Amino acid sequence: MEKFTSHTGVAMPLKRSNVDTDQIIPAVYLKRVTRTGFEDGLFATWRTDPDFVLNKPEYADATVLVAGTDFGTGSSREHAVWALQNYGFRVVIASRFGDIFRGNSGKSGLVAAQVDDKVVLRLWDHLDEHPGATITVDLESRTVKAGEGPEAIAETFDIDDYTRWRLLEGLDDIGITLSHEDDIATFERGRPQWKPATIH
Amino acid sequence: MGKTLAEKVWDEHVVRSAEGEPDLLYIDLHLIHEVTSPQAFEGLRLAGRKVRRPDLTLATEDHNVPTLDWDKPIADPVSRTQVETLRHNAEEFGVRLHPLGDVEQGIVHVVGPQLGLTQPGMTIVCGDSHTSTHGAFGALAFGIGTSEVEHVLATQTLPQARPRTMAVTVNGSLPEGVTAKDLVLTLIAHTGTGGGQGHIVEYRGPAIEELSMEARMTICNMSIEWGAKAGLVAPDQMTFDYLEGRSEAPKGADWDTAVERWKSLRTDDDAVFDKEVVLDASTMTPFVTWGTNPGQGVPLAASVPGPDDFEEELDRVAAEKALHYMGLEAGTPMREIAVDTVFVGSCTNGRIEDLRAAAAVIKGRHVARDTRLLVVPGSVRVRLQAEEEGLDVVFKEAGGEWRGAGCSMCLGMNPDQLQPQERSASTSNRNFEGRQGRGGRTHLVSPLVAAATAVRGTLSSPADLEEL
Repeated sequence: MEKFTSHTGVAMPLKRSNVDTDQIIPAVYLKRVTRTGFEDGLFATWRTDPDFVLNKPEYADATVLVAGTDFGTGSSREHAVWALQNYGFRVVIASRFGDIFRGNSGKSGLVAAQVDDKVVLRLWDHLDEHPGATITVDLESRTVKAGEGPEAIAETFDIDDYTRWRLLEGLDDIGITLSHEDDIATFERGRPQWKPATIH
Repeated sequence: MGKTLAEKVWDEHVVRSAEGEPDLLYIDLHLIHEVTSPQAFEGLRLAGRKVRRPDLTLATEDHNVPTLDWDKPIADPVSRTQVETLRHNAEEFGVRLHPLGDVEQGIVHVVGPQLGLTQPGMTIVCGDSHTSTHGAFGALAFGIGTSEVEHVLATQTLPQARPRTMAVTVNGSLPEGVTAKDLVLTLIAHTGTGGGQGHIVEYRGPAIEELSMEARMTICNMSIEWGAKAGLVAPDQMTFDYLEGRSEAPKGADWDTAVERWKSLRTDDDAVFDKEVVLDASTMTPFVTWGTNPGQGVPLAASVPGPDDFEEELDRVAAEKALHYMGLEAGTPMREIAVDTVFVGSCTNGRIEDLRAAAAVIKGRHVARDTRLLVVPGSVRVRLQAEEEGLDVVFKEAGGEWRGAGCSMCLGMNPDQLQPQERSASTSNRNFEGRQGRGGRTHLVSPLVAAATAVRGTLSSPADLEEL
């Protein structure tokens, strides 16, 4: 996985709460057997509306998404993370995430930065006033920054320590776990023999 | 201090624990299906890794399989490729697969319990958020993403931060005609879709203890719909009776050992939950959704709410958007909402008990002229059992369609989809925008409400039907 330290990019406001993963990518787009190409399904239904924010030219190069509360609820589909990444997003800022989505983001290298509701509203206001403005997301210091001068926004965000460390180092989870192979083998020797098996 | 049930199961599965790191949990059973596994197997292949424990892994085809012509090759080439990819991967990595046409094929969360593979005290994962269903047996079961599927395939473990615990205590008894589905929809309307976030929930109390295993599965199934990591119910005699004699359940002396062990899987009296919600089942009534998330629900006897009924600004905006999408006017009685399609099925309500309940209402009646009834059994076994009991005939004689097993219209990955603006009453779990087909409008309901709605053509409960 690619290391993530800090990223500055055009930020796109998505002024909705409860954006479930069916909205991020509808089920009919989940049939690929690769990890790429899912950008065409990103917000597929909403995108048919020419006024939808993703269709506005000022956000064509957006890499930071700023959404309302409960982003990524519902289905476990990691395709939602891939669709955002395939489209070009590196970071999603929201005031709360669905658990599975947040986990999937951490595994795939998308930064899910959790901030207070008030911070989301301030960022939305800032982006309304300056369409196409950038936001800097610094994982080292866990801060989001936007704007300059007296109106500048500089706030901290939440991300769990372990995920942050893995993203900063660009580490592969499976590799880390396999370094504890002895512990796994020891645990397996202690499992009750009556536990079910699928192959006999 | 004592431990909660969830903590007991968790602690028994910790392979490794270190300060500042998530626990490494051992996984007893890994369920797989065609949609969230291809990239995981590809990852293994690229890294030259094997499946560590194929004997703790089970695959079935469910999400995008057709429910008509299931004995013929899948017509949609993209769906076919995905299913064929699963077959190829199962063969290459030595994983047991129940493909389309096999008697054990069906929705992964119906198949596990019915085989007796889902047992108390286990850790169970699957690349599907409704894995929480298996919690009905006192198992710790939760949905994972594809990267985690790959991780479990390679290591049979998963690094997991320990969630908080919550109790949902349901006192009283559900009144006649009010089901587990009504209970869980009432709960979600009470907590909101994010209310369970970060928690493993234990459902307990007299109303839960009275429920059948099928009904407990319905409740645990929808844990994810209010954001919970997992939901579980302490195993009891009902659980043991359900499991005994199933093909993958322990036998003979192993059975006695297992039951003895399972009986200890209860929350200690002095255990403390991080949070508790208390509900009274005796005041509950048939409950249906009006909006575009499972928390936007009201009693069937109520009317469609308006944005002004909500205190929070975000809820008002969400209500406005939902009403617009659903094509509903605030103040319309729920019972006056006309429904085009009734869907009975899914991992929430596609088990034999659900089909029996719906059939009992439909029997001797006919589906309304402008309404379509689609009945999709959760598994081939459920279909065969229903056919043995003549339930298929009941549905067909009433004008309903009787289909093959799969996820079907719950998520519309196969051809079973709503048309734009088409309205459904669905026994499934999600009323998200476009979930059942682009532009489709979903009302979540119980199997009893679904059946009565099919007969009247508007959202209804069996009490609204004329006596036969």
